[in-house]
Formats: sequence, C-alpha cells, structure tokens
Amino acid sequence: MKIAKPDTYFWQGNEACAEAAIIAGCRFFAGYPITPASEIAEHLAKRLPHVGGIAIQMEDEMASLGAVIGASWTGNKAMTATSGPGFSLMQEFIGYAFMTETPCVIVNVQRVGPSTGQATKCGQGDVMQARWGTHGDYSAIVLSPNSIQEMFTLTIKAFNLAEKYRMPVILLSDEIVAHMREKITIPLKKSIEIINRKSPRPGQKAFFGSEEVPPMPAVGEGFNVVVTGSTHDEYGIRSTANPVVHRRLVERLNNKIQNHADEIADFDSYNVDECQIGIVSYGCTSRAIYEAVEKAEKKGIGTGYIRLKTLWPFPEKTIRKLAESADKIIVPEMNLRQIFYEVERAANGLAQTISLNKIGGGELITPEELLAKIREVGKEK
Amino acid sequence: MTENFSIRKYLRDLKMPFCPGCGIFTVISTFLKTAHELGHEDLSKFVFCSGIGCSAWIPSPHFIADSIHTPHGRSIPVATGIKLLRPELGVVVFGGDGDIVGIGLSHFIHAARRNLDILVIMVNNMIYGMTGGQVAPTTPFKAKTTTTPYGNFEYPLDAARLAVASGACYVSRWTTAHSDELKDSIKRALKMQGFRFIEVISQCPTAFGRRVGFKDAGEMLKWFKENAISIKQAEGLSEEDFARKIVVGEFIQRRRPTLIETMHKTIEEAQKEVEKN
Repeated sequence: MKIAKPDTYFWQGNEACAEAAIIAGCRFFAGYPITPASEIAEHLAKRLPHVGGIAIQMEDEMASLGAVIGASWTGNKAMTATSGPGFSLMQEFIGYAFMTETPCVIVNVQRVGPSTGQATKCGQGDVMQARWGTHGDYSAIVLSPNSIQEMFTLTIKAFNLAEKYRMPVILLSDEIVAHMREKITIPLKKSIEIINRKSPRPGQKAFFGSEEVPPMPAVGEGFNVVVTGSTHDEYGIRSTANPVVHRRLVERLNNKIQNHADEIADFDSYNVDECQIGIVSYGCTSRAIYEAVEKAEKKGIGTGYIRLKTLWPFPEKTIRKLAESADKIIVPEMNLRQIFYEVERAANGLAQTISLNKIGGGELITPEELLAKIREVGKEK
Repeated sequence: MTENFSIRKYLRDLKMPFCPGCGIFTVISTFLKTAHELGHEDLSKFVFCSGIGCSAWIPSPHFIADSIHTPHGRSIPVATGIKLLRPELGVVVFGGDGDIVGIGLSHFIHAARRNLDILVIMVNNMIYGMTGGQVAPTTPFKAKTTTTPYGNFEYPLDAARLAVASGACYVSRWTTAHSDELKDSIKRALKMQGFRFIEVISQCPTAFGRRVGFKDAGEMLKWFKENAISIKQAEGLSEEDFARKIVVGEFIQRRRPTLIETMHKTIEEAQKEVEKN
C-alpha cells in the first residue's frame, strides 16, 4: 500500500496521525522512543519505505528534531513525535526552527507530568509549554485533536500550516486520543488540501525577509543558502548586535502568525449566541461536553460550547463572542488551569470563568462531573 | 597548481571575526586549498553544518555555499537529516572541541557508530574560546582556565581514539603547524566514504595561550611542533609522558558499509517486497 486508500478504517490515534503524515507528503521521520507516542515512530518505520521515505531512530529527542530540520532543508516534509519529557528536550530546536523558518511538524502525545510523572497516563499539562517552552520572543501554532478522525485531519493541517507559514507546528495530542481506536474515514485524495512551501525563483537571494513568508530554497540547488539561529538579515547573514535587524526579523516572525490568527483559528461551536453557560474545552477532555450539554439542556439550562482545535494562537475573538452571551464559562482541563486564564483574559469580565480540573492517574473529567458543575453554577428553568 | 589561485573565490566578501593569530585561519585556507586541488570550481557539491563556537563560524557565513549554523552541539544531527535525503552531496561538519565532544558528544559517537557518511573537522583549541576561556573536555590536566583558576583537575578526552572505537572509517589528528599533512588528510578523507573525523589541534592565543604562559600564536605553534609525536612514537610511552605530547597521524583508514548504503539497500528490498505483494 502506497498511501491509505479512501475508505473507512478502525484505527488507533497514533496510526491515524502516521497515515495522515504520509498523505500530507511527509517523507522523513526521526524520533526517540517514548510512551505514549512510540506507535507513531513504529508505524512510520514500517510505512515510510513504502512511499520512498526514510524513518530513523536517533540517539535522543534533540537529535531527532535536528535531523528533521536537516531533512526539511533538503526540500522534504518531515516530522517527529514525542511526549512531555522529550518535548522538553526539543525546545532548543523548536526555537531554532522558528528562528530559521524551517517547516516541520512536532507531535506531542501528552502524558502526566511534571518530569517522568505517570508515563502511561493521560494529561493535558503541556499546553503552556507548547506555547512558551523555548526561549525568546516567539509565536507558536498548536493544534489539539479530540478524536481519531481529527488526529488525521489536524495532522494534515499541521503540515499545511508549517509549509504555508514556514515554521514548526505542534500537534498537541494526548494519551487518550493517541491510544484509543475509533472509526475513521479517509476521504478521496482530491478532496484533501495539501499545501507545499513556496520555492524561490532562480537568482533569488532573500530567503529570510522582504516578504511576510519568504520562499525557501533547498540545499544543493545552487542558492548558497545561509541558515542560522542567530539574528540574521534577509540574506541569512548573521547580525548579532544590530537592534534594527533583530526587531525587523523577530517582529516579522511573530506577525506572520499573529496577523493570521483568525485564519489559523479552528474550532467547533454550539449554541454560542444564546447560552447561559458556556464551556471551553479541547483534546480528550472535550469528549465529555456533548453528553453533558445535552443533559443540561434537558434540565432547562441553556448551554453552549466552544471546542478548540487551535490552542495557539489563542482564538480570543471566539471566546469573547461566547462571553458576550454566556453568564458563566466553565473550562474543564486535565491540568491545573492552563487555558483557564487565557479564557478569563479573553472574556475580560463579560462572563464569569469557572475552572474544573482533574490531574493524575489518567482519569478523565466525565460527562457526569461536567454536568454536575453546569448544574452547580447554572440556573434551571 | 596553486600559483594563480586565491581561496577568496570560495569566500564571501565579509570581515572575518577571528582574533589575530587564531588557528582557524590555517584550517580555512587548508580546507579551501584542498577543495581547489580536488578540482572544485565552487563549493556547490558540499553542504556545511556547524554548531556554536568560533570554529562554527568557519563555513557560516564565510563560505559561498549552503551552510547550516545549528544550535550548540547539534550540527551532526542536522547533517544526518541532510545526508540521508541528499546522499549525493558532500556533507562537512566544522566544529570546536566543546561543540563536537562536549555538548555534542553523544551525536558524535552515534554518527560514527552508524557510519553516517560525513566528514567532521574538529578544531581543538583545548578551551571554550568564544565565551572567554572556560575549561573544556579537552583542556590539559592542571591547565589554568577561567573556571579552573587553581588548575584543571580533570583529564582531557582523546577524541580521535574515541572516534576509532566508535566505528569511524577515517580518523586523523594534526596540528595547525602541520598544514601540509592536514591538507593530504582532508584530501584523503574527502575521497572516502563513511564517517570521517579529522582533529586539528589549534592555537587560541587569546583565551588559552596567554593564560598558560605562551607569549603569542607563534610560541604555541612552536609548542605544537616540538611536542607532536607519531602514533608509533607514542607506543610504550608512560602515561605521564604521553599526557605532555600531541599524538599526530592517521589513526585508522578502513571500509565499512555506510549508513546510506545499508539504509537504501534495506529500503529497496522493502519496496521490492511491496511490489511482489
């Protein structure tokens, strides 16, 4: 089998991610074993050779992302997959990929932290690390799938965004979504949008500026490209003391994402305009909202939700719209209030924000627990 | 052959940041002379990778070529991704001792183990020069540095022997006082396949030499010349005498299937299997 045929399958999340990567055009994977992400490496090690690609296990997570970045500069799409401890090690190269405008996809299948934490159990504690983990002024694109189908669609989307904006994109999955099995439908190839990076014209020299997203050459094509993680001008030449060059570069790198935050924002919503209680949720936790909302409405509590597929850039406008109609917004998370404060900031006093948190042991927030919270803070008619 | 030749044709017209007397100038000119003697009109058949430190600035941005200047110690992983997907390109890594066998040591060992088809040229100045002269894993025992003000209480690493033990196909060590031998060595390495490692003992008069009693770069070169011994001469030396000497020469030259060869063979077989089914 070259690429997965359009059909209905019963796949694990990590498997859906790996097959989606191949469909998106990924031809290089480098990784280091870690629970609960290893199935992505195992699946791609088996599958990439079928499409002429390469998968290699490196000596650590730093080397893994380093090899991915090298591969990307050969003009190929490349990815790695890890979990919290490995994601911490990758922060160095995430900043490098941002600074050098290297498209690549980093999958973080979240488990319970800090540190080694509970390796086999689900958590959502890396939300802030995914946004702020590396040093310096930077912006991140972080996607959050909540089903096997979405592991598929958001993996393709991650590659598309990486290629479009020339930057590392993080697929922030979690142990539940990565390990469970569900029905998944692979659509017809022609209905799947695939974006490829913009290549330079012969003779072009500015690969790091003069337009919002500059064209990206590959090594070995005669462009004599100079790639550096140090501050550089539009030709890639290091400029380690000039404030103007630094501002121009780093402001452009941030603006190319922030100016397109609305386009990048991806979410599902229900009853946002007319709810008393709003829920903002993402990832595995958001799997509880459907049943809870249905039952709350049966009790006469007008309830709506926003299910975030893009965590960063944070879709503030969307949240503000919910805060305009809802009296209260509940933010259930398997961490100690990481998105909560973002919601509170976006709501800006228009609605009261209430957190619902659970950490450890991989225990999910159940629909019953969410319903209990809705009933506790909402008014039944 | 070199009468009307200037290495400038390979270099961008930029001011070089290296201190007067730095050994890096010798490494740059020797490498580029070798490229010229091998018939390279330009450097388009190469990709250069380097990490952080003075030596990492050898190719980036000075060489008119594709060059990737990576985070500290991570040039070899980036070179891995490039070489695996563009095996026809000559991937050359430049780095200092701190970069290659300090922070990047694990990548160095693993690249030699898997016989990644690259040439690593390590400029060993025995110190962290760019940051002002801190102790390195290669600093001689008892040497005073800014972070070992009472003398270094650790023993230095023998990177060349480590490369041999890890599986490298070609390993040599020279000093900046051996530019002819270094040129022959680079030439030989560029013609070979597999993991190739050349260590160049180099003078850092600014952050090392003057702190350990050398007046200038010339004195350091004299020290290199006077203390360099061949691999054969080093046999049977006491540990104490050995520590004072610089062993130069070719440590190994061998043929092993490279990572590119074993990987592509495996993939081709896998694809044949797919076609059969």
